[in-house]
Amino acid sequence: MADKTFYGRVLCSGEITGEALVTHGGLNTLATFQKSALKNAKEIIGSDQNNPDLYGKVITGKILCLPNTIGSTTGGMVLQTVCSMKLNPSAMLFANEIDSLAASGVILAKYWENSTMIAIDKLGKEFLDYVKTGDTIQIKLDGTVIVKRM
Amino acid sequence: MEYNMKLTPDEVEILNGSKGEVMAKMMQTMVKLGDIFGAKRMVEITHDGHIVTSMGIPLLKPLYRTMQEIIDAGITSKWKFTADPRPIDYENVKCNVLDKVVFSKIMYGKQKEYEEQLNKVGLKSKDAFSCACYSPQMNNIPKQGDILSWAESSAVVYANSVLGARCNRNSGMIDLFGCILGKVPEFGLLLDENRTANWVIEIKTSKKPEAQILGSAIGIAVGDGVPYIKGLDKFIGKILNETNRSYLKDMGAASASNGAVGLYHVENLTPEAVELGEKLIRKDAKTLVIDDAYLQKTYESYPILWKNKDAKPKLCFIGCPHLSMEQLNTWTDLIFTNLIKNGNSQVTCRTIMTTSPAIAEEFKKTSQYLKLQATGVKLTSICPLMYLNNPLTHKRPIMTCSNKLRTYTAARFYPEQQLLDIITGKEA
Repeated sequence: MADKTFYGRVLCSGEITGEALVTHGGLNTLATFQKSALKNAKEIIGSDQNNPDLYGKVITGKILCLPNTIGSTTGGMVLQTVCSMKLNPSAMLFANEIDSLAASGVILAKYWENSTMIAIDKLGKEFLDYVKTGDTIQIKLDGTVIVKRM
Repeated sequence: MEYNMKLTPDEVEILNGSKGEVMAKMMQTMVKLGDIFGAKRMVEITHDGHIVTSMGIPLLKPLYRTMQEIIDAGITSKWKFTADPRPIDYENVKCNVLDKVVFSKIMYGKQKEYEEQLNKVGLKSKDAFSCACYSPQMNNIPKQGDILSWAESSAVVYANSVLGARCNRNSGMIDLFGCILGKVPEFGLLLDENRTANWVIEIKTSKKPEAQILGSAIGIAVGDGVPYIKGLDKFIGKILNETNRSYLKDMGAASASNGAVGLYHVENLTPEAVELGEKLIRKDAKTLVIDDAYLQKTYESYPILWKNKDAKPKLCFIGCPHLSMEQLNTWTDLIFTNLIKNGNSQVTCRTIMTTSPAIAEEFKKTSQYLKLQATGVKLTSICPLMYLNNPLTHKRPIMTCSNKLRTYTAARFYPEQQLLDIITGKEA
């Protein structure tokens, strides 16, 4: 199958190639990250019982593809904390416009923790319809996202 | 730093460091946030704040470090703030030795230190800890049109929807930065155009829907949308009062935690719906009908995370968000009368009700408190969610009628009547 390219808005830039982890429902940041973070685990394993796409899966280092985030307003700070612990996904790719909690987390991580986590939003519904967990994704500095599938 | 917002000369000066590096960094964060959402300017906030971070979890190192930077720079908050509930109350929420070690040494080892930081920066008073800061007793009630820098999803959705104030679903840290700077970027729910409804929810149930299940169903369906709810006023009335405010508190909390609802309108009841009616509904709004079967299906979708799904509950939490005075009285009467009906004198499952420190203080002066004490129920002002974050509690069969608590912990959700039957020992 041919590569498929999508274009989004760059919030935090960077270049990386990595493995996709996809959630079709909103990412509940607190519910997803809290269990591993509280245990001071070496990697984040999704702990949101309501999200079968991520539940029990390793999130650290993955390219997390999501519509947006939902849930508690501790969300942004949890994301910042996870970035400060270097347990974050390597990139967050939002199909929709980023929500205020995720945006806060991304900014707090960048400006207060010098995090290198990439964040791109507005990739479109088609992106989330197409990308599958396990796909290889290449991200370019200008917000180009290439989904490579063998 | 490059930015698109139009800043005032004062704001530019702060951004450039006129008030020090920490203030500059806070302004930089807020301006960047505003730019992401196309804010044209910063706007003054007009009421006290509410912050979501009340817990001294050592994990949140960035929070304590930032607080210390703020204190070291001699900065205090322009607007005072309330905060979410404290995590620990050993007097009313008994813990075994191991639990205490986990709570005091591991989970919330920085609680005392963090509370000192909060006091130095601008906590309204030493007991200003409740998720329901908008209760009359907590004295943090914005008026319609007020611009807020609040976090805590249940408080934000209440302030927007029931009080008609204007607040985005701010994250922890951003809430505090707004209070300190006295300004927030103007975007999202601060603007008229984003307060219109993109969902119409038609309630067609045979009886008053349980607030926590209805809120959950709405949140799951609309995500971060703005629902306009029709047909609910038939069950909860057309004039805001203490009873339906409590209902809306619980419904909103569930919609905000099971989805990301920051604002809802209830036809004929909430301020903007009363003022503008169906003018609030966007032309392209989607419609969802919620009937008895829909609510039942929503309830049945909740996973049960107990190790033994048939276990008898060992602990029950009522009050997330914190109970209002009216709810506290109602639950007390219900438990008391059902215990008599079921031939019991005290609850058959350890039960804890949570409310704000100010309501607890007022309640303890009434005869209802003696009645509650007689049932064996304990009253506390902790956050049950923080209590249940203790990894040791994951193994225990704990129940609740709060959908927020269910979402973030391993507690099992029971509808209120079923929960009442269990704690008052009704034979199956």
